[in-house]
Amino acid sequence: MIIGKGKPIKNILAMIENCSKIIVAGCRGCVTVCSAGGEKEVGILSAALSLARETDGKPIEIKEVTLERQCDPEYLETIRSFVDEYEAVVSIACGAGVQFMAEKFRKIPMYPGIDTNFIGVTETQGVWTERCQACGDCKLHITGGICPISRCAKSLLNGPCGGSSKGKCEVNPEVDCGWQLIYDRLKELGKLDQLEIIIPINDWSTGRDGGPRKIIREDLTL
Amino acid sequence: MRLSYPPNIKIIQVPCTGKVDVLYLLKSFQRGADGVYVAGCMEGDCHYLTGNLRARKRVEFTKKILDEIGIGGERLEMYNMSAAQGPRFVEIAKEMTERIKKLGPNPIKRVASAALEYSATPEKKECVV
Repeated sequence: MIIGKGKPIKNILAMIENCSKIIVAGCRGCVTVCSAGGEKEVGILSAALSLARETDGKPIEIKEVTLERQCDPEYLETIRSFVDEYEAVVSIACGAGVQFMAEKFRKIPMYPGIDTNFIGVTETQGVWTERCQACGDCKLHITGGICPISRCAKSLLNGPCGGSSKGKCEVNPEVDCGWQLIYDRLKELGKLDQLEIIIPINDWSTGRDGGPRKIIREDLTL
Repeated sequence: MRLSYPPNIKIIQVPCTGKVDVLYLLKSFQRGADGVYVAGCMEGDCHYLTGNLRARKRVEFTKKILDEIGIGGERLEMYNMSAAQGPRFVEIAKEMTERIKKLGPNPIKRVASAALEYSATPEKKECVV
């Protein structure tokens, strides 16, 4: 899922400084699961913003909404009937959600209430770690199900660098060396011979280097 | 024992402090509480194993929010005591009342009082048990 983290409240207060009537919009997708932008976080952020503004003597009216998803047009339509009555929307969906809201509702400013960080997993409750960088060319079948692009700080495709020490990365001693993980996993699987496969120079055009990406499925388009 | 504790404290009962949510704490301040403290069981004695430990974490998290928004994290506290510690309950009630008296009323009321002239009504505190 997409993992995000709430922005400091003072940053959000600065964004809405001149507003007296706003919407705080959550999303029931990824950001609900990572406790950054679901219905509960909408309640907490709204309460905090409202308290802060009352303390400043500038009360603010806040409407709390949580959309099924902010990255699908049909769910955005559910707020169209009243969105223009407000001066701004603070969206605590991922960056995609905030942008899609901005695209669909042209007359009202959209402000991000969270920072979108990475595609990752819930390791344990309250702990999320990165697993995928959406490079658009998955190699997990060669590397034992562990991604060298996202798990290796240098995104090396053929073995560890000299900075791998006792299974840890030189970038941060708390970070596992991605290639050590790959080695260990392939060993467990009895497939160490896969390490002899040379992965060719990567074609990054399928990743961010190729510009904003687009997928069209002709069988699904209307 | 018939111990008396300050009358400004309003007790809100919950089945376990594990039920206390960040939102409950923030809403208390929104509704004008000058201070809030959560009174949980002794650490290690939770009937539900970790309810009071979770409550403490939520209190710490909420304190940071209160600091950030100008209400002040010192208006919120977590205490642990057992059901058999009546005198300790009173001691904490007095301690917290004193602390909040020094801090003055909830800032949202101070602002509202600029127009209404805040009268020296006894401050209201909420205690979640």
